[in-house]
Amino acid sequence: MVKINGEERDAAGQTITEYLEAANYNPKVIVVEQNGEIVSKEQYNDIKIQDGDVIEVVSFMGGG
Amino acid sequence: MENQFFVDSEFLSPGALAKKHQLENDPASRKNHMEYLPGMEIIKSDVCENVMSHVNSYEPGKYAASDVKAALEHDTCTIEDFKALLSPAAEKFLEQMAQRARLETSKHFGNTVYLFTPLYIANYCENYCVYCGFNCYNHIQRMKLSMEQIEHEMKIIADSGMEEILLLTGESRTKSSVEYIGEACKLARKYFRMVGLEIYPVNTDEYKYLHECGADYVTVFQETYDTVRYEQLHLFGHKRVWPYRFDSQERALMGGMRGVAFSALLGLSDFRKDALASALHVYYLQRKYPYAEMSLSCPRLRPIINNEKINPLDVHEKQLCQVLCAYRIFLPFVGITVSSRESAEFRNGIVKIAATKVSAGVSTGIGDHESKYTGKEASDAQGDEQFEISDGRSLEKMYSDISEEGLQPVLNDYLYV
Amino acid sequence: MNEDKLKIGGHEFNSRFILGSGKYSMKLIEAAIKYAGAEIITLAVRRANTKENENILDYIPKGITLLPNTSGARNADEAVRIARLAKALGCGDFVKIEIMRDSKYLLPDNYETIKATEILANEGFIVMPYMYPDLNVARDLVNAGAATIMPLASPIGSNKGLATKDFIQILIDEIDLPIIVDAGIGRPSQACEAMEMGAAAIMSNTALATAGNLPAMAEAFKNAIEAGRKAYLAGLGRVLTRGASASDPLTGFLRD
Repeated sequence: MVKINGEERDAAGQTITEYLEAANYNPKVIVVEQNGEIVSKEQYNDIKIQDGDVIEVVSFMGGG
Repeated sequence: MENQFFVDSEFLSPGALAKKHQLENDPASRKNHMEYLPGMEIIKSDVCENVMSHVNSYEPGKYAASDVKAALEHDTCTIEDFKALLSPAAEKFLEQMAQRARLETSKHFGNTVYLFTPLYIANYCENYCVYCGFNCYNHIQRMKLSMEQIEHEMKIIADSGMEEILLLTGESRTKSSVEYIGEACKLARKYFRMVGLEIYPVNTDEYKYLHECGADYVTVFQETYDTVRYEQLHLFGHKRVWPYRFDSQERALMGGMRGVAFSALLGLSDFRKDALASALHVYYLQRKYPYAEMSLSCPRLRPIINNEKINPLDVHEKQLCQVLCAYRIFLPFVGITVSSRESAEFRNGIVKIAATKVSAGVSTGIGDHESKYTGKEASDAQGDEQFEISDGRSLEKMYSDISEEGLQPVLNDYLYV
Repeated sequence: MNEDKLKIGGHEFNSRFILGSGKYSMKLIEAAIKYAGAEIITLAVRRANTKENENILDYIPKGITLLPNTSGARNADEAVRIARLAKALGCGDFVKIEIMRDSKYLLPDNYETIKATEILANEGFIVMPYMYPDLNVARDLVNAGAATIMPLASPIGSNKGLATKDFIQILIDEIDLPIIVDAGIGRPSQACEAMEMGAAAIMSNTALATAGNLPAMAEAFKNAIEAGRKAYLAGLGRVLTRGASASDPLTGFLRD
């Protein structure tokens, strides 16, 4: 299992691009952090999500 | 103006006289005063640049009465306000400035006045500074006290009740080495609770050493911040290097000293610009070293041995008072020391307005405290004085005079840590 | 007045009103920016939502400087992490450090803020730390490489105004960086007062978000901030103190 944005998901084995598409994210407005490291956009096609990973997908929202 | 200062001596050899005259008359024969000499530490600092950019653009005549009034009405005195308070336009507002200054002084210092005395331990000097009694071409009795003699002097001063001492030497590294001064500091710590130094500028590691020996306060007078004028007055010796002198206080703080004191010798150049520079020197260093204690002095030129003509030119008592009030309003937290160069009447008046520290029981000569304090005939040889003092009151007299004015004389409130 | 620019980390701004974008609809952002005349807007970094596909950046006009904050961070490490994510989102080098270890009053943790400032400044960020107004901390932040200091006026979101006025004044007097008053400013008059004191800019969010008419309030703040700035530059006039007592002259002893 993989923890993505705090929720357990069965996403191990997918590339980041595959997961983002399946989950309906707009890749232009998000950044992905894998186990505390920021993943550069060029690597989304290559990097596979591993079992036990902690992934954060973040974007901007309103704030003061 | 030069004739005010240049005095020849019959005791100089023809060769020495020729050298002296060449230094006086031929600027090309003098070293570049902005260039460091070997062994002088260069530190990285923007303080000088900050200070001098204000000083160079300052036009005292530009300020009007309305600027002075506005400055006196502001809660916080800005640099611009301070420039107005130093200007000729502020002379008409001297009483208002004094009232404001007294308020600021009382807010920060209550009604206290600190007392200290200077102790000159040597008057050898390697510099030719044309206005100074210790200058190397001036024919005076030279002397350097031995450790026994220093201790003897300290005992006499300590017996008078004094708890704070300022050790002074002429500026000669060869005759009065850092180690010699360090040993004197160690002795001073035995007899006094606070030890200050007014010696030639040294490097950071040397200030650190002197601090370890017991000194905690370093006074260096820049004399004048006007580099062109400085060059014309300090013709020869280490002291001629203006920028090394400028950074002395910062090196002293880097070396661990608790406090530093500043001043221009008013009357050497445009005193308003020099006062501006002195205060900004404090202002910028205080911002960089906020824990440091800072104080300002305000010496005016005085007659010296072999030259009675030296005088403070256009810096009369009113101008001096104006400068001190402006200092106080701009830098409410700063200590202000008024030396025995000034008269008893002036010192009695100024401690009620702006000054927080005065000297007492003063001699600017070497090894003469016993004769001065006890009236006893001096047994040893004595060294001549740096300048003539004006207020010769003893500690006891000063203490009672201050008390009678309703102020509180303080000998020391210092904790050495 | 045209030369009077707000300078932050080598960038220049004409507006001295930094706008928050929280607690109100994205659709109002453009109007808020327009009426506020703002050139800088703050943003937060959060877990991306897949349900609504709205992107806040689409509502922010081109040319507006984005100032992501690190809200949500409880220590320096988290703030650094959030700042790096914000930079990866492509918003430039600005970051407002906000570190709260207290969820009741949301007061900033000055100690952690200094640590985060040092790390991020060394990485090339233009660091704008939000802090509790303490002179020693402000000096530490300067030494750590901060580009501005952002002291709070009163607890965040409280709209209580300049509760820390005297301490902010000390920062204005003693710190060479722009002092931007952040948090707690609830009314235009309070923003104006801070600007009269010499603050370099005002950051406000809740006061607008909770106003009846957001764009109108944004404009009111804009005018108040400009008025305060003009008053500061003009040099405030005298305050007459009543009952000041005449005393004996102090300068009678002086000789000519």
